[in-house]
Amino acid sequence: MNCISCIEYIIVAIMIISAILAVEWKDLLAAAVGMAAVSLFASILFFMLQAPDVAMTEAAIGAALSGAVFIFAIKRTRRFETEEEEKPGWWMRW
Amino acid sequence: MVSVLKRSLAIITLLIIGYWIAQAFAGVPFGQDKMLVGQYYLNNVKAQTGAVNAVTAVVVNYRGFDTLGEVTVLFIASTGVGALLWKRKKERTARTEGSIVLTTGTRYLFPFVLIFGAYIFIHGHLTPGGGFPGGATIATGFLLLYMAFIVYEIPHKGFEVAEGLVGMGYVIVGLIGLMIGGYFLFDWIWQTWQLGTNNIGRLLSGGFIPVIYTIIGLKVGTELSGIIDNMIKEEVRE
Repeated sequence: MNCISCIEYIIVAIMIISAILAVEWKDLLAAAVGMAAVSLFASILFFMLQAPDVAMTEAAIGAALSGAVFIFAIKRTRRFETEEEEKPGWWMRW
Repeated sequence: MVSVLKRSLAIITLLIIGYWIAQAFAGVPFGQDKMLVGQYYLNNVKAQTGAVNAVTAVVVNYRGFDTLGEVTVLFIASTGVGALLWKRKKERTARTEGSIVLTTGTRYLFPFVLIFGAYIFIHGHLTPGGGFPGGATIATGFLLLYMAFIVYEIPHKGFEVAEGLVGMGYVIVGLIGLMIGGYFLFDWIWQTWQLGTNNIGRLLSGGFIPVIYTIIGLKVGTELSGIIDNMIKEEVRE
């Protein structure tokens, strides 16, 4: 295994971790940032897979603009999820 | 008890479907060229369109009509946002000014963001990227301005007029092609006038690809900035 594919595995792992965190976090602002992080690392991955045009679009739309839209929505509603009864984690909730 | 049964049933169904899909894709060789049309594009793209970037040539030249549809979809989305969020009187209601880092950084970065976006869509036929990434980059520049300054608004009249004019410009370029070459979006600059035939790989080549991509970049940039403006403003009561 050469080093480039090591970096790719690390990026995929970070993407999965930030996606799970974006679902799990109660603070919706932090969850929006986690979702933008998924897009940002996806754009790095697109660049490494030799698709620089897709990488540029993903970085501009996914990380910047859609994150901004989510933050506008949070600004108009509430920042925190309401506390309901304790539910099991994401692996059982579906 | 029932829910446990339901859950285990769902898990078993998911496992069966996953195994089935994995088996179906295990036999397909990954990354192998099985289509003839891709090789045709790679062989003929320079002679037929004058673009070095084959992706751009496919998007604007070979599949130009689809791109017109894509631009129309974006226009309808922008119109829909404007209609859903329409209020009689909307103003910016933010009270806290951006921090000094944000305002100073925005003041210096904004022209370079605009220039970078323009570079992306003007050089669409030479380097990766094109009208959609370039326009989105320009819109992020305006998003920076909105975040940094509490009183800033885009020049609405100019943006709306520019959006309409470039939208018409795309159709007009296509109609001129219909007049000269006999079909909609015929590449008249490259195939009839033969401008820049000995200039492949430099800026002044590629037929109408730079023209169309400048149009698309301006349209996407103004539309996304309009969406940002619609979402950031709130209704005020008199």
